[in-house]
Amino acid sequence: MDKSNKSGAEALIHSLHLEGVELMFGYPGGAALHIYDAIFNQNYVDHILVRHEQGAVHAADGYARATGKPGVALVTSGPGATNAITGLATAYMDSTPIVVISGQVKSGLIGTDSFQETDMIGVSRPIVKHSFLVQSAEDIPEIVKKAFHIATTGRPGPVVIDIPKDFTDPEYKFEFNYPSEVNMRSYNPPKKGDTSRIKEAVDLIEQSKKPVIYSGGGVIQNDASEELTALAKLLNFPVTNTLMGLGAFPGSDPQFMGMLGMHGTYQANMAMHNADLIIAVGARFDDRITNDPKQFALGAKKIHIDVDAASVSKIIHADIPIVGSAKECLAALIKEINSRDLQLNNSAIEEWNQIISDWRDNHGLNHSMLELGPQNGKILPQQVVQSLYKETEGQAFITSDVGQHQMFAAQYYHFDKPRQWINSGGLGTMGFGLPSAMGVQLAYPDATVACVTGEGSIQMCIQELSTCLQYGLPIKIININNAALGMVRQWQDMQYGGRHSSSTYENSLPDFVALAESYGHIGIKVTKFEELESAMKECISLKDRLVFLDVDVDPNEHVYPMLEAGNAMDHMWLGKEEKTWK
Amino acid sequence: MKRVIALLMENQPGALSRVVGLFSQRGYNIETLVVAPTSDPTLSRLTMSTEGDEKVVEQITKQLDKLIDVVLVTNLSDSEFVERELMLIKFDKDSFPKKAFEEKNIVSKSDEIVSVQVVGTSMELDNLVSEVQNNKPIEIVRSGPLGISSDKNTLSIEN
Repeated sequence: MDKSNKSGAEALIHSLHLEGVELMFGYPGGAALHIYDAIFNQNYVDHILVRHEQGAVHAADGYARATGKPGVALVTSGPGATNAITGLATAYMDSTPIVVISGQVKSGLIGTDSFQETDMIGVSRPIVKHSFLVQSAEDIPEIVKKAFHIATTGRPGPVVIDIPKDFTDPEYKFEFNYPSEVNMRSYNPPKKGDTSRIKEAVDLIEQSKKPVIYSGGGVIQNDASEELTALAKLLNFPVTNTLMGLGAFPGSDPQFMGMLGMHGTYQANMAMHNADLIIAVGARFDDRITNDPKQFALGAKKIHIDVDAASVSKIIHADIPIVGSAKECLAALIKEINSRDLQLNNSAIEEWNQIISDWRDNHGLNHSMLELGPQNGKILPQQVVQSLYKETEGQAFITSDVGQHQMFAAQYYHFDKPRQWINSGGLGTMGFGLPSAMGVQLAYPDATVACVTGEGSIQMCIQELSTCLQYGLPIKIININNAALGMVRQWQDMQYGGRHSSSTYENSLPDFVALAESYGHIGIKVTKFEELESAMKECISLKDRLVFLDVDVDPNEHVYPMLEAGNAMDHMWLGKEEKTWK
Repeated sequence: MKRVIALLMENQPGALSRVVGLFSQRGYNIETLVVAPTSDPTLSRLTMSTEGDEKVVEQITKQLDKLIDVVLVTNLSDSEFVERELMLIKFDKDSFPKKAFEEKNIVSKSDEIVSVQVVGTSMELDNLVSEVQNNKPIEIVRSGPLGISSDKNTLSIEN
């Protein structure tokens, strides 16, 4: 252990190094300059200079989601800190492990409305798992240790460390000791899991005739995909994933029903509505899933596995609550199943799987839309995603922004592996796609990383194109350009009599090809269906360059299925004129 | 129904704001809140009362338990417990309702003003306030209730 004398700033960077941090994203400013000087003087931790602090936090978030390792962002006080807020809220809603370090004005100036002062602890309080205001330089190593422990264990989440400038002063040095372990009497997340209910859960499994496995982001966060898949295979139960859970179960597997919820598939939503048993793993029954909770899956018993006790029975009562890590609990379930002479209702389950298969055949998504050719002379947004899927052979990391393009990507790209699909599901943050792709690309320099976006979202963090040039990040930006805020427009079509209030740009959009080129990248424009696949091929084949593929699509296309608000999950719009109820 | 929740939290700057913030953030009501350091100076004990059904209170305690600075949480209303609140009232000397109080309740007296202190359950204090309403109290101050379970259970990290 390195016990040399260090300043607070040096201690911070060295602590990050000892936590295994290899790179961080940030933006310098007055209160963080001692820290930046300490970064300059070492070679352990790389620093990626973003163009806006929101981008730094999203990039750290994308890095964390793709690797499972905590992401780190460094910002200055005041506006640096407030610009990080959207990124923090995004990470909080999706429970991703990130540590955001913010410079703060000198401790003696706190509370005096000094230059670039913001109460970062106060402003970030509702959107962090925890936060620390450093009270002395000597506290920095222990706080870093705690911050990483809290961010990465239990239900992960963002942690803020706010450091007044005087505690990073290079003139003040102290003996550096990095704690080898953390001991917090007030924080003991369940590790093993409360497995006492496992037997009862397996009893329910044996009784079930119409089961569904419904899994969410928790399975991915907890690296429990293998266990989830093993359980589903063992039981031959149908599986659906939430938007955050896509990739936890192989997307191209016939047992997979697709995503559920607001824009979930017909078969997934119908299966949930008609099930007699729902096995929820690492999912939280949020409003985009349940629609009206009072009408949600009334005939189903619910087994709910979650590491966060507060998520269990928060919205939907759990008949069998199992609080613990997804990985441990699923392993315990499998063990219990294997230890029994399991008596499943095999013929009933066969019948149930057949019903689901029929639902899929009759109302499922069409994954061969490229074969339809142009529709009314236009490219459909779904065709763009299908072309991307085909060209990347389903192997790319896909990040997305928020809106119709996000839903099309979630519906039509089959994610076979966890951590392959990276999007802002909880907060729904436009602007997340490009910076999070930077985090992914830096973690996996040789992988194909595509950001599926729209002309609305991409402009929210477009400045990061400059960062991508500086660090040579060959991201593929797939801009599904419908010249409108598509999801807003869809709601306006469906609920506001087609009044497109502030959802179009009146010919003010930039020339994205020229824009990409001015940032030193390659831009490709596609306006005709006939050009789509060859342009996609070219885009993906340019391995060393960022390519901005700008595809004009039919602006009138809507995302379906769509749950009817305030009703049960079987109330779906399947098209502009087609719905499941009378 | 009124519920009384007691918790121990780290006696650290910002800890209280996390607890209070949680209530507004999640849309819960805090009716009363009392907080003070315990005999262990690293811990504070906080007692709060809130209105809500069982489900809501269960959520509140789970969410409180999730806060990193919160060490222990208990819903005192789950079992037998004793609840006491302190109230201070002052009256014009001329309208002081002598019959409503005993001499020992009087904590200060001048030519013009008489102040009294009363300890009781919140309901007893509510009743007393209505009783003396006609005497036009000048000011009424209430502490909010403290609670302690009636059985052997304690809210302590030693258990």
